[in-house]
Amino acid sequence: MRHVVNNGKECTFGERRHGMAIVSRGFRGRPGDTHHKLPPGQYETTDFPVLSAGPTPRVDRDGWELTVRTETGARHSWNWAQLMALPSQTPTVDLHCVTKWSKFATEWQGVSLDVLLEDVETAAEFALVHSYGGYTTNLPLEDLLDGQAWIAYRHDGEDLAPEHGGPARLLVPHLYLWKSAKWVRGIQLLLEDEPGFWESAGYHDYGDPWREQRYQGD
Amino acid sequence: MAHHPDHDPGTGQYAYEDGNALAGPLSEILTVDPTSALGRCTGCGSRWPLAHLHVYAQAPGYVGRCPDCDQVILRLVRSPDKAWLDLRGTVALTFRLGP
Ligand SMILES: [Zn+2]
Repeated sequence: MRHVVNNGKECTFGERRHGMAIVSRGFRGRPGDTHHKLPPGQYETTDFPVLSAGPTPRVDRDGWELTVRTETGARHSWNWAQLMALPSQTPTVDLHCVTKWSKFATEWQGVSLDVLLEDVETAAEFALVHSYGGYTTNLPLEDLLDGQAWIAYRHDGEDLAPEHGGPARLLVPHLYLWKSAKWVRGIQLLLEDEPGFWESAGYHDYGDPWREQRYQGD
Repeated sequence: MAHHPDHDPGTGQYAYEDGNALAGPLSEILTVDPTSALGRCTGCGSRWPLAHLHVYAQAPGYVGRCPDCDQVILRLVRSPDKAWLDLRGTVALTFRLGP
């Protein structure tokens, strides 16, 4: 696969609609910035609430590894030093949690999935993301590409704290935040969609905040 | 209702509550007191009343975990007009009923 990388470009994707081109806002948003728009049913918060489905995994960077496994069993992996050696971006994005809070203009640093998946050969259309601690979440592969998703390891200018998913988490801000798996350790590429932890227990398979896809059937 | 939150040294927060936190949301679905029902972990085999689970209630839904091995025992999601109850982490649930 070949994907365009906008290295270092600061964008927000909070208002991006599926299939449209990325639009740079051209300014750096601030918390409380009234230019941002709320998806239906959301309210703005300036906190960063911690929502967790289990104990916070303590993952040592020395033992950290990210693995992409394709539908044929081919395996691509990166240790911490290899991840750090890849070109990073510093996206500023709006976050939308299914529990109805939204947080505007959050600042991150991470490696675009376009970079990580550049040399991965696959016919897969779906991805199942795995985390340390056992959490999983699913999404279409195309939602990980074209500047829409990162493996993020810094937030607000600091190393990503364990309660926010450190050492590294998936960041895919155009979907509800449960898709942005904390403590990410692997991405499984699949020919068939496979529901993750919340998607198999009532939450929406896709989770678009602008279409308010909170629960199955929404 | 007694809550016995344990302190998570990592986050400095009370990470989970005990299984009594499930009494309200589960009694909406079950007609008997759910927290005294006995279960058995499909992972480590330990037995407990639901009241002993570690319940993460700050997640998008309720997650009840085995007090001995942390495996997910149940997930409970409530939307405005539906509830989803996944009990795949327990071998069965035993309810004590009148004769
Ligand atoms: Zn157990």
